[in-house]
Amino acid sequence: MSAKDSKETGTAEKVKAEEVKLIPVYVMGKRYYVPETLTIMKAMEYAGYRYIRGCGCRGGICGACATVYRKPGDYHLCVGLACQTVVEPNMYLTQMPFYPANRASYDFEQLTSNPEEIFKLYPEVFRCIACNSCTRVCPMDVEVMDVISAIKQGDIARAATLSFSCIQCGLCVSRCLGELPQYHIAQLARRIYGSKIVPRAQHLIEAAAAVKEGKYQERLEALMKCDAKQLTEIYKAREMEPEMAGEDWAPAKRDYL
Amino acid sequence: MPYTEDLKKLIRVVEKTRPERIPRKRKGEEFPMISPEEAEEVLKKFHPDYKADGRRELKVGPSKGYKIAHEFADLLEARSRVEPNSVDLSRTDMETDVLIIGGGGAGTAAALLAEEQGASVILATKLRHGDANTMMAEGGIQAATKLEKDSACIHYLDTIGGGHFKNEPELVYTLTSRAPEVLMWLESLGVMFSKFPNGRLHSMHGGGTSRKRLHFCGDITGTEIMRTIRDEARNRENITVLEFSPAIELVLNEHGHCAGALLYNLETEEYLLVKAKATIIATGGCGRLHIQGYMTTNHYGATADGIVLGYRAGLKLKFLHTVQYHPTGAVFPEQVEGLLITEKFRGAGANIVNIDGEQFVNEREPRDVESAALIRECLERGKGVPTATGKVGVWLDSPMIDILSGEGTVEREFPGKLIIYKRFGINISKEPMLVYPTLHYQNGGLEYSASGETSVPGLFIAGEVSGGVHGENRLMGNSLLDVMVFGRIAGENAAVHARDKARDGKMTLAHVRAYHQELAEAGIDTTRVTPLLLPDYSNPELRKRQLTAQYGKSLFT
Repeated sequence: MSAKDSKETGTAEKVKAEEVKLIPVYVMGKRYYVPETLTIMKAMEYAGYRYIRGCGCRGGICGACATVYRKPGDYHLCVGLACQTVVEPNMYLTQMPFYPANRASYDFEQLTSNPEEIFKLYPEVFRCIACNSCTRVCPMDVEVMDVISAIKQGDIARAATLSFSCIQCGLCVSRCLGELPQYHIAQLARRIYGSKIVPRAQHLIEAAAAVKEGKYQERLEALMKCDAKQLTEIYKAREMEPEMAGEDWAPAKRDYL
Repeated sequence: MPYTEDLKKLIRVVEKTRPERIPRKRKGEEFPMISPEEAEEVLKKFHPDYKADGRRELKVGPSKGYKIAHEFADLLEARSRVEPNSVDLSRTDMETDVLIIGGGGAGTAAALLAEEQGASVILATKLRHGDANTMMAEGGIQAATKLEKDSACIHYLDTIGGGHFKNEPELVYTLTSRAPEVLMWLESLGVMFSKFPNGRLHSMHGGGTSRKRLHFCGDITGTEIMRTIRDEARNRENITVLEFSPAIELVLNEHGHCAGALLYNLETEEYLLVKAKATIIATGGCGRLHIQGYMTTNHYGATADGIVLGYRAGLKLKFLHTVQYHPTGAVFPEQVEGLLITEKFRGAGANIVNIDGEQFVNEREPRDVESAALIRECLERGKGVPTATGKVGVWLDSPMIDILSGEGTVEREFPGKLIIYKRFGINISKEPMLVYPTLHYQNGGLEYSASGETSVPGLFIAGEVSGGVHGENRLMGNSLLDVMVFGRIAGENAAVHARDKARDGKMTLAHVRAYHQELAEAGIDTTRVTPLLLPDYSNPELRKRQLTAQYGKSLFT
C-alpha cells in the first residue's frame, strides 16, 4: 500500500539503502532469500507470505506463532516464536499455528483446592514419564516438566507460579510422550491457586461494598455537574501520593475519602 | 542485536549521571510536573493529534464534517466488502440470542455475563479467541480499592483530568464506581494478582494517577486476565466461539433494530448470516492503521473494523480525533520495534533521560503529555539518542530499579521483558532501554451510553471501539478496566434486550445500499473496500510482481 506499512517492517527500503545481506531460509521446504536481520515473521512477510493464522500480537505474548526449525548438520529440533526469533542461514522451518489438545470442562465455582480434583479432570497427568521434552521446547523458558511434577505432588501453588509465563502456544503438547495437554492443566492450576489458595483481598470486599452503599454517590454527582474550569481547579489541588510511599501512607486531605 | 559500540559509549553517559539521580529518587525529589497551561502548549506543538495536515473532514455518514485522521477517513469513505443485493437475507446460517463481534477482553466478559443471564451466545472473532490488545496489556488495571487513601471520586478526578476534562461524566462515573466489583470478579475466577501474603493487592502509580491504584499480575496483567476469562468461557456450553470469522457488516431489520451480522470465514471465504436478537461490537482498536506512519504496540488484528460496521449502521463518532501514543515503545533492537515497554518501569523508579543522561520530564505525566515531551526532546531540542537503524529515542533507565529496590527486582517484576531483550543480548537490569512514542490506543470511537446501548436498538458496544469514557486521552490501567466494566454491562444488557425487548422482523442491508449512495453523491469513487480486516506487510517490491489481472470471488474462481 504505502510507506506507512513499511514503517513496521521497513524492509524493502533498507535492503536497498544498506545492502543488507540476504540469506537463504527454507519455509516448509521452499527456499527464499531474506535479510539476515529479520525475525522469522518479518522474513516470511518479506518473502511474500500474508498471515491469517500463525500471527498474533507480534510481541511475544500471545502464543500464535510457535515455530519449529532445524539447522543443517544438527539433529536437534529448535523452537521459537516467529515474531521473536531472528532468521539463520539455511534454517528450515514450519510454523505450528494450532495443535490439538483436549481440555477438560469443569464448573469452576464447585472446584476446591484439593489436587484430587485436577487428577480426576486430567488423569493423563500420571502418564508423564519425566522425559523433559516439554521443558526443552518451551519458548518462554517455563520449566514445564516441573509444573507437571508439582501437580502430581499436589503442589498447586508451585505449579501455578512456575507456569505463570505460559503463553499456551502448544509446543509442549506437540512433543509430549505421555500425551498430556500441559498448558490446559497449568491454566487450571493457576485458576485454583488464584481463587482458592491465595487469600482473597479483604479491602476489595470493603471497596465494593462502600460503592454499593452509596458512600460516594453525592460527591460523585457533584463532580459530574462541575464544568471543566471547576474540575481543573479541583484536579490541580489533588494531593499526590509520593512515588516511594509505603502501604501505610495516608493523605492529609480527606475530603474525597 | 546487542547494543553497538556507539550506543555502549552513550550508556556510559547515563551511568555517569545515575549516582546523582538515585538519591533524588530515594528522597522523592521528582522532576517538576508540567503545568496544565504548558501541557497544552507542548501538546499543540508536538503531539501528532494536533497536526492539521494529519486529518480531514469526513464527507459522508452520521458524523459528516468531523475531522479525523486520514487513515480513519479512508476506512469510512470506502465501500462494503459485499454488494448488498448479492446477499440472500432470507436464509440465515445461525441464530442466537446474543451475537458478540470480537473475542478480546470486552467480548469475552460480555459473553460470560450474557450467558449468566440465560442467553445463548455466539462470539465471532477475526483471529483466535483471545487474540486482542487485552492480551498485550501489561501494566495493570485501575481500581480505587484502598479506602484509607483512595475512592471512586479521586479515581474519577484523575480519569477526567487525564482526558482533558472532556470525558462523558456518566461513563466515567460507571467506570470508576464499578471498578472494585470487577476486581473481585476477576479474583474469584482465579486471576493471579500480585499480592501481599495476607491477600492485600499490590498497587502502584501510573501516569496521571494521584494515588497508587494500579493493580497488576507481574508484567503480564492483560495476558493473565485474558487467558483466565477465556478459560472460563470455554466451560460454558451456551457460548459458541467462531474463530477466523470477522463480521464485515451489521444487518438491521425493518424496525430499524440490529438483527445480527454478516460474517466472513477467512479460510473458506464464504459469508455467513447470523441472526441475533442483540449484537455487541467489541472489536477493539486501530494500531495497525499506523496513523501518521507511527509504529504500534497493537495486535495484528487492530484495524478498527468495528468503527466501520457501526458507522455504516448509523452510529456517531466520539473523540476519534485523538489516538494515544504510548510514550515508551521500544526503538531498539529493530526486531522489537514498537514493543510496549510498560509504564510500570517508570512506576518502579526508572528515569527517562536524554543523550546527556539528563532528566527532562516527570515520568508520571499523562501519556499524551509525556509522549509530546519525548518528541520535543528528540525533534526540537535534538537531545535524542540515534539508534543504529536510523531512528531516534531516549533512554529508559531500567537498571535504577535493581539499585533502588534490590538486585533481582527487574527479573521478578518484569520477567516478560527481561527474556525478550535477553534474546538480543541485552540485559535490561544492567543496561537501559531505548524508547520512543508508539501508536497505542484508540481514545475515541462509537457513541454509546453507560448501559452499553447505542442509537440503534439491539446494538451494544464495549471496549476500545467505544468513544467517550476516556475523553481525549486514556490513563494507564483504565483500558483493562474499561473492557471489563463495559464488557460485563453490555453482555448483561444485551441478554436482557434479547429476552424482553427484541423485535423480530425482515432483515435488511438497506443501510449499506444507502451508504453506497451517499458515497456516490459525495463524489467518492473508490474501489477501496472495508473493514480492512488485516494489515498488509508483504514486501512492496514483491507486490509489483503480483500481476493477476482480476480475482473472481476467491483465488480459485
